[in-house]
Amino acid sequence: MLNQKGYPSPEQVKTKFPDVKILVKPKAIVECYEKIPCNPCSTSCPFKAITIGEDINNIPIVDFDKCTGCGICVYSCPGLAITVCEVLDDKIRFKIPYEFLPFPKQGEIWSAVNRKGEVIGEAYIEKVTLTPRQDKTQLVQVLVDKDLLYEFVTIRSKVYE
Amino acid sequence: MMRIKEHPILDFTKERKIIRFTFNGQEVFGYEGDTIASALSALGVKQFSTSIKHKRPRGFYCAIGNCSSCHMIVDGVPNVKTCITLLKEGMKVETQTNKGVLYDLK
Amino acid sequence: MILNRDLVIIGAGPSGLCAAKMAAESGQKVLLIDRNPQLGGQLIKQTHMFFGSEKQYAKTRGIDIAKKLIDDVKNYPDLIEIWDNATVLGLYPDKVLTVLLGETYRKVQAQAIIVATGASEKVLAFENNDLPGIYGAGAVQTLMNVYGVKPGEKIVMVGSGNIGLIVSYQLMQAGVKVLAVIEAAPVIGGYKVHASKLQRLGVDIITSCTIKKALGQDKVESIITTRLNEKWEEIPGTEQEYDVDAVCIAVGLSPLTNLLAMLGCELKYISELGGLVPVLTNDYETTIEGVYACGDASSIEEASSAMVEGYIAGLTASKKLGKVHPDYDDLILDFRKQLEVLRSGPFGEKIRKGLAKLEGVRVGC
Repeated sequence: MLNQKGYPSPEQVKTKFPDVKILVKPKAIVECYEKIPCNPCSTSCPFKAITIGEDINNIPIVDFDKCTGCGICVYSCPGLAITVCEVLDDKIRFKIPYEFLPFPKQGEIWSAVNRKGEVIGEAYIEKVTLTPRQDKTQLVQVLVDKDLLYEFVTIRSKVYE
Repeated sequence: MMRIKEHPILDFTKERKIIRFTFNGQEVFGYEGDTIASALSALGVKQFSTSIKHKRPRGFYCAIGNCSSCHMIVDGVPNVKTCITLLKEGMKVETQTNKGVLYDLK
Repeated sequence: MILNRDLVIIGAGPSGLCAAKMAAESGQKVLLIDRNPQLGGQLIKQTHMFFGSEKQYAKTRGIDIAKKLIDDVKNYPDLIEIWDNATVLGLYPDKVLTVLLGETYRKVQAQAIIVATGASEKVLAFENNDLPGIYGAGAVQTLMNVYGVKPGEKIVMVGSGNIGLIVSYQLMQAGVKVLAVIEAAPVIGGYKVHASKLQRLGVDIITSCTIKKALGQDKVESIITTRLNEKWEEIPGTEQEYDVDAVCIAVGLSPLTNLLAMLGCELKYISELGGLVPVLTNDYETTIEGVYACGDASSIEEASSAMVEGYIAGLTASKKLGKVHPDYDDLILDFRKQLEVLRSGPFGEKIRKGLAKLEGVRVGC
């Protein structure tokens, strides 16, 4: 479906996730499925956890041992294709990039949206950061239900529904 | 109103000077920094000219001064590329419906 | 009266600005001409982060790259003379340019010329394709991101290359509803990361689908689309109507080679490079000595490649005029390597094929 519609299949998505046990700590999920000339995820990572190599067309590889889930790559990726995922006891915490109005605010409940743009549940906005370094791409930390691990990708304001 | 007020990346909130001009005799206004084409578009004007032979309505197409679709008569001068010409106070802008008539430069 | 200038660069977009910078670094005097009121070419409307590597300002937004490149050029006020609002009207084989600078007519005798005129948006043939409200996608990007004006409230994007996908996303950011992105080919043309961003927003991308006609009296009010089979033929009964107040056409770019043609440079039609393109040496020199071309004017690629080509042309044209950059050899080597890397992936296949064809022409003549 990626080539016709632009969203990956559930199988493709799962190839980008490490084992759930690893996700007890936050880790970057790099949803880059296609060889394009681009490497800011790799060069922006302070922990050298993302490797692309000499040929910037290579698909990034994440070393989950080195990744701290800091989220710098999330707003550095020109394709906005990276999230950070952390599995908690009863919820999942994501850090996602966001570039739309209205801006989400801490404490709000927004819709949780899947890769097809469908609403699949609710997302609690835990934290929103926008430092000058992020260059206008917001980093939004949200909590979603546990069954949305491989489904959730972004948020949508309830104003739009 | 077609003006963008809020934008997640760009800032369009700065106060800008109002520039008055006329469009086909009607008094209208745009802002400093506008091209003639952007000011007209903000007013909801879509037709800028007509095709020369069949007089079909034409708006702008390329916005980089290349395609000729936005040619208008400005202060009596025909074939002005309104998409790359900045709006000035008191400009007289008219829809162009022919290939333009020769004129003398000031 | 004829003004004498050493190196004239036509076009102050990414390629022309980079050429000017390298020329100035080489100690070469430059006249930089652009027909727009602002320098920066199409960068000034690119609100998205760029791809590529740090060397081509990856992850920086195009608008900020424009600022950087313009600052670079303004750092050399003694070497780089800038004419904006200046349209080059003619270019003659003795390297004389005629220019409309504001409202005055100027003649310039150049020693060398770099043509970095960029590209224009292609049009698409369909019924009523000339109705007002049907715009090139780049035009809409200019209107909303430079001038802060929305082209309409409800739009259909025709074409799913990077421009179509990126402008669709930016339309949504400006608060315009994108009803669909349609693509005649059976697969999406641009980067899938851009497509994924749209799908997440609920914008449907429909492949094997094209626009059949537009409807409306003096402006576009609706369009009819149709699905296509594997032979690109319309499938009867698949028509769909969309109520729109604007349509964006994003079906590719053509190099602006009019000035090169006027000069008599050899041009060759190579579809992979966007159409008629100049035959160039490795140094970006055309078949007329001392006349160079770079960026989209020489072949349609990403802005990152246009910048690197500009750097090379700036270096080689200056060398021709006797001003050699102190790091000439190292820089040329590095820039050529950068281009090779930018073009080496699957997305570079088309450009590699086109350049190979052009190489064949060059060696053959």
